[in-house]
Amino acid sequence: MCGIVGLFCKTETHRHELGRLTAVMLREMRDRGPDSAGFASYDAGLPDRTRITVLAEGIEVDWGPVAAALEGVLGAEVTVRAVHDHVVFSTDGDGRAARQWIIDNVAGATVLSYGSQIELYKAVGDPDLVAERYDLASRTGTHALAHTRMATESAVTTNGSHPFATGADTCLVHNGSLSNHNRLRRFLEGHGESFQTENDSEVAAGYLAWRIRSGDTISQALEGALDDLDGFYTFAIGVADGFAILRDRIACKPAVVAETDDWVAMSSEYRAIARLPGAADAEVWEPEPARIYTWSLAA
Amino acid sequence: MKRRFDLAEVSRRELNQALHDASDGESFEVLNPRGAHAVACGITADLDVVVRGSVGYYCAGMHQRGGVLVEGNAGTGLAENIMSGLVHITGNATMSAGATGCGGMVVVGGNAGARCGISMKGVDIVVGGDVGHMSAFMAQAGNLVVCGDAAADLGDSIYEARIFVRGDVESLGADCVEKEMRPEHLETLRSLLAAAAPATDGVEASQFRRYGSARHLYNFTIDDVDSLEAAR
Repeated sequence: MCGIVGLFCKTETHRHELGRLTAVMLREMRDRGPDSAGFASYDAGLPDRTRITVLAEGIEVDWGPVAAALEGVLGAEVTVRAVHDHVVFSTDGDGRAARQWIIDNVAGATVLSYGSQIELYKAVGDPDLVAERYDLASRTGTHALAHTRMATESAVTTNGSHPFATGADTCLVHNGSLSNHNRLRRFLEGHGESFQTENDSEVAAGYLAWRIRSGDTISQALEGALDDLDGFYTFAIGVADGFAILRDRIACKPAVVAETDDWVAMSSEYRAIARLPGAADAEVWEPEPARIYTWSLAA
Repeated sequence: MKRRFDLAEVSRRELNQALHDASDGESFEVLNPRGAHAVACGITADLDVVVRGSVGYYCAGMHQRGGVLVEGNAGTGLAENIMSGLVHITGNATMSAGATGCGGMVVVGGNAGARCGISMKGVDIVVGGDVGHMSAFMAQAGNLVVCGDAAADLGDSIYEARIFVRGDVESLGADCVEKEMRPEHLETLRSLLAAAAPATDGVEASQFRRYGSARHLYNFTIDDVDSLEAAR
């Protein structure tokens, strides 16, 4: 069992309180997954400026020289700031190259996300404390995903926590389990994706990243996922300009969606949605199996 | 007079204990359920319970007597294992509404999600809108009435329950077939539609088609059916 939530602000109305509302939703899903938690949020960012969020749990690194070395590799200015055991790099350089350089050169560090809009934080422990430590409540922006984990098939570690993001501004939270992830991981590694964990959900994120990098829209990528991912899943997915939901054909992992003029929210359970402003008047429904739901900022 | 429980102020356990301790004829009003699980479960007295708002999993589970009305939506397992009495929600239900119900009636005003009436054992379920895939899976007895459409694999591995669908059926599951609508079925359907009002307003029994078991999947041959009917 795990708990997932996603909130997509269609209008400006709630963007100033995106993080606070996401924290409210996450709290309601605590008892679906008390082991660990994580969240990703998307904001407007700066044009052509990439942020790379890195988990530096349990390692002592002087980040100044790392940023300087990265500047040399990218040929662009790099700044860095620490948020507890996470660090966030910011650069005008190539984000994908920066991600791979950090993976290859900073022992013990895990690159959690990169992109012009996304930041991503995760940790072991009570979801409320995780939200508090990384100050989820103060985040503003257009959309956010969050996850509470009850580990069933691998250890309780930060690296096993969601969300997962391997491609630019492409992020995923997953309730379920995949059965063909090892084979798919090898395939994707042969097609230029790199992975940092043994986790099945990271492979799903990598799959979407690969499809999108190859020119697919999020809908096309998810169309492919229906055929290529084997297992149980309810996914909530964030991309730079949108939000998506997909459930497998059997749809035994729960999901509920609510929509108002101002927002779309999805969660494992309605109680995470019930406390959102306007929830009482929202249209509420259960997403259908194998149906792709997308919302775009451009729309 | 209605006894009022505001779940923003008192715990669900307090509510359910009060319902279990109550006597026939008492009325309850529940406010701010906010998707809480197991609201109004295990009622054994003839009570009248109104829940103003949406509930979470297993609302009115094991319901035995009286009525529970939810003005809103319900999560997984609405009225699971209902024995008798009435559970009525005005909105949508997610998965497994009326699962394993042995008797009584479950009314969903809106749509019901996947596996509505899974393993139903005598309950009557009336859905004002559509039902999701694999509804009435392994249904054993009772009636499932769908005023809208039914998604894929309706009635898969069904035993002796009856299914009535007014709209389209995406596909029938294993051993589920369309059957003749005889006068006794119309009569049953009419009384169910009447009992489920207002969720069924404007819906006529003549608009439905009937589905049930081809009886090839379980051990009895067709010759055994009369003896089974006689034993019921």
